[in-house]
Amino acid sequence: MIRQYALPIWGFKMTQFITAVLTSLSSGAIYALMALALVLVWRSTRVINFAQAGQAVLTTYIGYTVIQRTGSYWLALLVAVVSGAILGAVIDRFFMRPIFKRIKSGPIVMIAPVVATLGLLGIIQAIIGFIWGLTNQSIEAPVSTGGFKVMGTVIAFSRYNLLVLIFVALAMLLLIILFQKTDIGLALRASAYSPEIAKLSGIKVDSVRTLGWAIAGASGGLAGMLYIPGYFLFPNAMDLLLVFGFVAAVIGGLESLFGAVVGAMILGFAINFATTYISAKLFFPTAFIVLVVVLLLKPGGLFGSKKSRSA
Amino acid sequence: MSLVVSNLTIDHGAIRAINNVSFTVPQGQLAAIIGANGAGKTTLLRTLSGLKEAASGSASWNGDSILGARPEDLARSGIMHVSDGKSVIAELSVKENLALPGIWRKDKKDVALATSEVIELFPILGQRLSQSAGSLSGGERQMLAIGRALIARPKLLLLDEPSLGLAPLIVEQIFQTIKSLVKKMNLTVVLVEQNAMGALKIADEGVVLNLGSVVAVDSAEKLLNDPAVRAAYLGF
Repeated sequence: MIRQYALPIWGFKMTQFITAVLTSLSSGAIYALMALALVLVWRSTRVINFAQAGQAVLTTYIGYTVIQRTGSYWLALLVAVVSGAILGAVIDRFFMRPIFKRIKSGPIVMIAPVVATLGLLGIIQAIIGFIWGLTNQSIEAPVSTGGFKVMGTVIAFSRYNLLVLIFVALAMLLLIILFQKTDIGLALRASAYSPEIAKLSGIKVDSVRTLGWAIAGASGGLAGMLYIPGYFLFPNAMDLLLVFGFVAAVIGGLESLFGAVVGAMILGFAINFATTYISAKLFFPTAFIVLVVVLLLKPGGLFGSKKSRSA
Repeated sequence: MSLVVSNLTIDHGAIRAINNVSFTVPQGQLAAIIGANGAGKTTLLRTLSGLKEAASGSASWNGDSILGARPEDLARSGIMHVSDGKSVIAELSVKENLALPGIWRKDKKDVALATSEVIELFPILGQRLSQSAGSLSGGERQMLAIGRALIARPKLLLLDEPSLGLAPLIVEQIFQTIKSLVKKMNLTVVLVEQNAMGALKIADEGVVLNLGSVVAVDSAEKLLNDPAVRAAYLGF
């Protein structure tokens, strides 16, 4: 009797565990895209770009409009990523660069650009409200969001979650190739590590920085188009993702692209396991508990550089 | 064909770092700029390479003004500055450090040729290509910094304290290499040094700076034999 009864419980526990692992991976993957966007901008310009949440939601609205007109999610995804890159480049070239040119010294050097990105976040969200209104919109996922069946039970991991994982993995692979195998990647790394030596070696560091913003914008654009299906689209839709992306980036040490991905995965697992096995109320606090624990154990983040660098 | 600096004045914050400095370095010559710590040598070089703005005066290379130009544009036009503190990017590998000028140079064949010439000149770099530049010794870093500059095929090389912190034997080796490069590559070199004796020995001309002003300009040989210079800067 006991044997017969125990098997389904064991099966339930197993599918619960598998579900938690898979949802951890897919939410971690989305946090990773946002974390990468923040790290890319931090490395190239020493700014925490709070406007990234606005940029990503704006490009997702652009994608939404493309879907309304053409019905194609895939075209919308492409347009959102490309417009994310353009928007990132434009913000750096015409907004951030003039600010950096005008402030040269004092504590304001650290503060002003960050405040500027916060202001920009508000402006972008207001513009979205004017164009698309404040009501919730939705984007339909391009593939099924119904959960897979494991041992006869439907789990909370769908074909769409799998697609997200694959896309994020591909994006990471592209970034690795770009950064490690190409001249552009070498210029990006040199400019991030030592702008002065890069300039003295003939690299146009200002343009390279703008390129860093463009890649970050594209990453944010991808994050938005993958995050919003299954959720709602409204001007503040990406705010929470910005916070999680930021936490993941800090856990990873802010400097390292690899660290950002690892930080995002740690966060994804912590949040999903805490909400699955302890309480759903822990969704938001878990991120900060993990952050505080990591910073107490390793104040520079998991993959942070030991030496401090100036802008 | 020469570097002409005239009446150059540079401020460093509220302090006047360089005051009304003039000198000329003809092409193919090595000029040593010597003086004690705080004489303004580094500030002068940083201005010539576009990292710092001048307050007044002029500086030109082959007749073109170089003041106000961006460092990356000057580098691309053949003015390479090897800054002090062993200017390598520690996080990149030796190979990647050497590859930096190759990013923008059009003639990829010549980049490959220049790279093999640099490795021939500094064989130790060839053995350390995949190591991070941060793991190199001080002397090796200096070789890497000079080597990187050479891959850009510079016409004018601005060297800031290449001897800083190096063992005497390595200093001698670096100085001899610099001297041989001037002849072999028809380079013009401005060498800023606290090691006045070593610098003047390999230089054609010398400029002595004190508290931002020129106190003597002459051939290096004459400066080496000048009792006042000897007493103040060479220590005997």
